[in-house]
Amino acid sequence: MDVSSASVIAAALAIGLASLGPGIGQGNASASAVEGIARQPEAEGKIRGTLLLTLAFMESLTIYGLVIALVLLFANPFVK
Amino acid sequence: MPLDIEMLNFLDSPNFVSLAALEVGQHFYWHIGSLKVHGQVFLATWFVMSVLIVASLLATRNIQQIPKGMQNLMEYAMDFIRELTRNQIGEKEYRPWVPFIGTLFLFIFVCNWSGALIPWKLIHLPEGELAAPTNDINTTVALSLLVSIAYFYAGFKKKGLGYFAKYVQPTPILLPIAVLEDFTKPLSLSFRLFGNILADELVVGVLVLLVPLFVPLPVMLLGLFTSAIQALVFATLAGAYIHEALEGHGDEHEEEHA
Repeated sequence: MDVSSASVIAAALAIGLASLGPGIGQGNASASAVEGIARQPEAEGKIRGTLLLTLAFMESLTIYGLVIALVLLFANPFVK
Repeated sequence: MPLDIEMLNFLDSPNFVSLAALEVGQHFYWHIGSLKVHGQVFLATWFVMSVLIVASLLATRNIQQIPKGMQNLMEYAMDFIRELTRNQIGEKEYRPWVPFIGTLFLFIFVCNWSGALIPWKLIHLPEGELAAPTNDINTTVALSLLVSIAYFYAGFKKKGLGYFAKYVQPTPILLPIAVLEDFTKPLSLSFRLFGNILADELVVGVLVLLVPLFVPLPVMLLGLFTSAIQALVFATLAGAYIHEALEGHGDEHEEEHA
């Protein structure tokens, strides 16, 4: 396998694997937030704000994978 | 880079409208001395700067007791930023950091939204294309290095050389991790912002390429939302890092008792 096809597979793996963990994490966080809102509807505003912020943090883990994938596809240091 | 060219050819192929062209890694270079700079980022940044300056001038030109129009908007933004900074840095020391955090937030926010709202693609450059300045890694690295300098400054100003005590505070075993953290902070800050903004533009670009009309609209709205959240996240984290540098491990106890 030459470097460019290996890079394409690596890019797919990078974004695919990087989305696994944060997907589970975001699911857990949202589930807890929904539970919290159901228990305490008056705290909805605060819960939503915190949830969005935490979701953005989890999202950024996937984005790191995406950055690696993009580097492999568009600015590959190993392909001249 | 054969891969690079293949990709771009695919995206540029004549079957699709030219709106779908995405030019990742192609830049409009300016040569200043021996430096090569990305001209398209400069142009977009100057535009963002002028928007912010004009908005501030309009808001403060004729200040009324009862705010109206532009002044009202800017006062709302000001309140929002002050609240954000106070939540992160704490009542006692937040005041001097409001301008810094606020500048970061407003600059990133206007950068992100300018990339999504302004039809930059209508303006043709010889090479590369205009987009949000934050979709260039250099912009985001510069911003996050500013945050690094800011929190070191905050720590040194408050504690002098005693700031270094925080590296060995609970136990010196963690020293390498504490040092490493100073490098991972700007790294994660810059990658997060850069990746999110570029990802937004790529997703919209790919969808426009597949279905040019209406279908990309919800994704564009989602992009606006994420861009705003990312500006908020950047400002929040900058505040949190500064707070961390100001606090240290020993002081936290006192704070709680006070």
